[in-house]
Amino acid sequence: MTLADISSNLLYVAFIAYLIATFVFGGAVKGNKEGTFKSEKRWGAVAITITLIGFAANLGYFFTRWGATGHAPLSNMFEFTTAFGMTLVGGFIILYFLYKTPVLGMIVLPVALLIIAFASMFPSEVSPLIPALQTNWLAIHVSTVVIAEGILAISAAAGLIYLLKVVDLNKKSKQRFWLEAIMYSLVLVLGFVVASTFFSATGYEADFTYVDKEGTESAITYAMPPIFGMNEYVALTEDAMTPLIETPALVHAGKLTTVLWSVIVGTILYWLIRLIFRKRIAAILKPFVKNVNLQLMDEIGYRAIIIGFPVFTLGALIFAMIWAQIAWSRFWGWDPKEVWALITWLFYAAYLHLRLGKGWQGEKSAWLAVIGFVIIMFNLVAVNLIIAGLHSYA
Amino acid sequence: MENLQCQCGHVNPPGTKLCESCGRSLTEKEQNSKLVDMRYEGTARRSQTYNKSIIDKIWNFFSSVKVGVSIIVVLLVAAAIGTILPQQAFVPATTETAIKDYYADTYGSIGRAYHFLGFHDLYSSYWFIALVGMLAISLVIASLDRFVPLYKSLKNQRVLRHPSFMDKQRIYANGPGTEDTLQKAETKLKELKYKVRTEKNGLLAEKGRFSRWGPYVNHIGLIIFLFGVMLRMIPGFYIDESLWLREGETRAIPEVPGYYLESKNFELENYTGEGGEEIFGEALDRVGTVAKNYQTDVVLYQTAEGALPGAADGQEVVKEYPIRVNQPLKFDGYAIYQMDYRLDELRAMTFALTNKETEESLGELTIDLINPEDTYELESGSTVELLGYYPDFSGFENGEPQTATPLPNNPGFLVKLTTSETPEGETSFITIQNTVEPLGENEYKLSFLSVETRDVSGLTVRKDSTLPILGLGGLIFMIGVAQGMYFNHRRFWIQQKADGTILLAGHTNKNWFGLKKDLDQVVDYASLPAYTDQQDEIDKVEKAEKDGEALS
Repeated sequence: MTLADISSNLLYVAFIAYLIATFVFGGAVKGNKEGTFKSEKRWGAVAITITLIGFAANLGYFFTRWGATGHAPLSNMFEFTTAFGMTLVGGFIILYFLYKTPVLGMIVLPVALLIIAFASMFPSEVSPLIPALQTNWLAIHVSTVVIAEGILAISAAAGLIYLLKVVDLNKKSKQRFWLEAIMYSLVLVLGFVVASTFFSATGYEADFTYVDKEGTESAITYAMPPIFGMNEYVALTEDAMTPLIETPALVHAGKLTTVLWSVIVGTILYWLIRLIFRKRIAAILKPFVKNVNLQLMDEIGYRAIIIGFPVFTLGALIFAMIWAQIAWSRFWGWDPKEVWALITWLFYAAYLHLRLGKGWQGEKSAWLAVIGFVIIMFNLVAVNLIIAGLHSYA
Repeated sequence: MENLQCQCGHVNPPGTKLCESCGRSLTEKEQNSKLVDMRYEGTARRSQTYNKSIIDKIWNFFSSVKVGVSIIVVLLVAAAIGTILPQQAFVPATTETAIKDYYADTYGSIGRAYHFLGFHDLYSSYWFIALVGMLAISLVIASLDRFVPLYKSLKNQRVLRHPSFMDKQRIYANGPGTEDTLQKAETKLKELKYKVRTEKNGLLAEKGRFSRWGPYVNHIGLIIFLFGVMLRMIPGFYIDESLWLREGETRAIPEVPGYYLESKNFELENYTGEGGEEIFGEALDRVGTVAKNYQTDVVLYQTAEGALPGAADGQEVVKEYPIRVNQPLKFDGYAIYQMDYRLDELRAMTFALTNKETEESLGELTIDLINPEDTYELESGSTVELLGYYPDFSGFENGEPQTATPLPNNPGFLVKLTTSETPEGETSFITIQNTVEPLGENEYKLSFLSVETRDVSGLTVRKDSTLPILGLGGLIFMIGVAQGMYFNHRRFWIQQKADGTILLAGHTNKNWFGLKKDLDQVVDYASLPAYTDQQDEIDKVEKAEKDGEALS
């Protein structure tokens, strides 16, 4: 077994450990029948032990891969996103030992699982570094950013728990709608994972040629049945599905197809869940948070941001600028990734001013924390995959 | 507005909420509230006091947190809009009209609108820069508005405060004490690293005051950073030039007087997937070629002292260096970066002057495509005269050959061939793979023998003297953030009345939990009366009222 194999096996171990820990945390917060919460402590201890084992395996994955590739495994979509899942769990572990809150694990771990699963849908083979990435700044800059984002995401998890407890799900309201929208979008990620896994397991492939927006002929391989066809496409694979709609050159029909399949599968999954439980996902989770101390959740959310914000400033702005000056001769060039790092930073700056200057605590603060996570995810997913720039990896 | 005189005799500036000396509430609002607002120590902030003149209005506008946050949000949204379509700097078009057409052609009506609104160059637009400027103004004014009164107040604070100040603090105790209570409290507080001052029958213990300056320190850092960015507009602080350097060529470095750069060699290396790179095989199979190294081996020369500028013999070698991505050549405050390249640019072409019929050669000539000579003399005594040279021949216009660029991409030569048999000379127009004889059939021709090529390095010459200032700004920002976020300002006021009763009040700007932990130790040691958290009491009452409403 090569080092690279060991590495990917360790990632599996971590994944399974997090999966088990999720349920144990869930059991811990649900409490026993008598309604006493003695079991919370005991099962919480079991769950955090499993989490720690998973995290150790996750770190093992990271460093063995580093050894195998010869560079910090933070250089492409798979590596960065996996590391994000890892730092998310790491951030949770720190806050767990500060505040002893199993309920946080029940929310953070499934999100981390989704993120790692999402990452695994991208090519995971060991890839060489282009010249711009061949420097220690790769490890310094990207690891600081990914740690910061992991910590900041914890505040969103705390915010989500806060909202699950305070939002009244029996009354129609904007809050109820948006809370369920968050749940729905998490299921969509699952939809993407399920759709990608299904089509790759069945070995689906369809080749096309098309004319891109610069007018040159290019080739593309669809990994999912083409709902949308590329501009002036010609099918090369026989008996592949004929695209239903041809898109203009500006739209990348291949990516759009992936998105639509994810939405289709995710929506089916969502309604399946709704049908089986006969209530909203938020309502399914509600009993798990009935014992939550709101003030504590608010405090955790705030604490995560005041730890994460300076780390983010350091990694995503200061280290980024130093490296950009060395590699690209300018510390700032309004590249989309740079802009979105600035947007994230401005957003959390606004959060801090609203909280400290305008007294936005509790529910308002919780919504902001969740929006912050949305911005981080947008920067990770959309900016890499949709908006082309110097940071486009996958 | 008039000064406010407190009952204690102290004269406070207008707008003061809590007497600077004794802490009595001066406004009706403060008098009626259960807890005093301690955010800025109840001092008079300019923005909360004056609102008459236009200067007051501007000051008040920029000192508001609401306005500051609004500016941040507007900036954030604007920045996001700039990423919807690529900025003009990333677009393969250079002229004003070409850029406009590019947006229209590539992105249709959306692109046209985007360009029309100026979003294609959003970050250098006046309104965007104005927004950043407003943010800077807000940083300065909002900080001054709060910092100055806060600083004065904390600097001049008295040990003894009026009981009405004490009992409106969140942490409050009132009860009997013993003779040595104050002394013991002082000992314990000093042990806990508090600075303790005593006066008559009271003490003031304070810790971490510097954390109150955190926000102002980090704002100063940001201002220094923005100032540094502005400095780049002043000539001399900032240079950004590009330099295309061919292998074997020595050129003066633009904007860097006295320095010359020679390229010895340019190298582009790709990953092979062999020789230790087997692990990358799978990835290379999927994506194709991946570059491993771009490198220009250069020699840096400096004009020797006293030598005439430009004189070749007056140059001294400063340094030989391989410029690679991430490893710029640095000298004298300048840096030269490997940014781009062109492989195999035509360097020279070699021809033979031959008789068309006999194919007999009268000699060979090599034309340097960058610096061609006017006339080439061959051994046989024949000459080839270069009447016109078109490095990037693009066709004829009104019978005249044209060149699209000065780069030798598609060289065309108008030549006059003179031999002993054709002393009058024959005119011929030669391009790659094509010869035109405009003045009638010739006896001789230039036949192509070989071509020499070389690589061209695209280098960027950069000087940025603002970097130390930006670095300083960043450092100060980080210090300020840590100072304000990870430390807190804790205070206790303790007084013993003549009858032995102890009055105790405590305040912190954040982390009440930590404050209470400190206080618990002091209470234990000095047997102070038990304290209450009055905020908790208020919350309890409110909650009970709310529950009561829900029930009824």
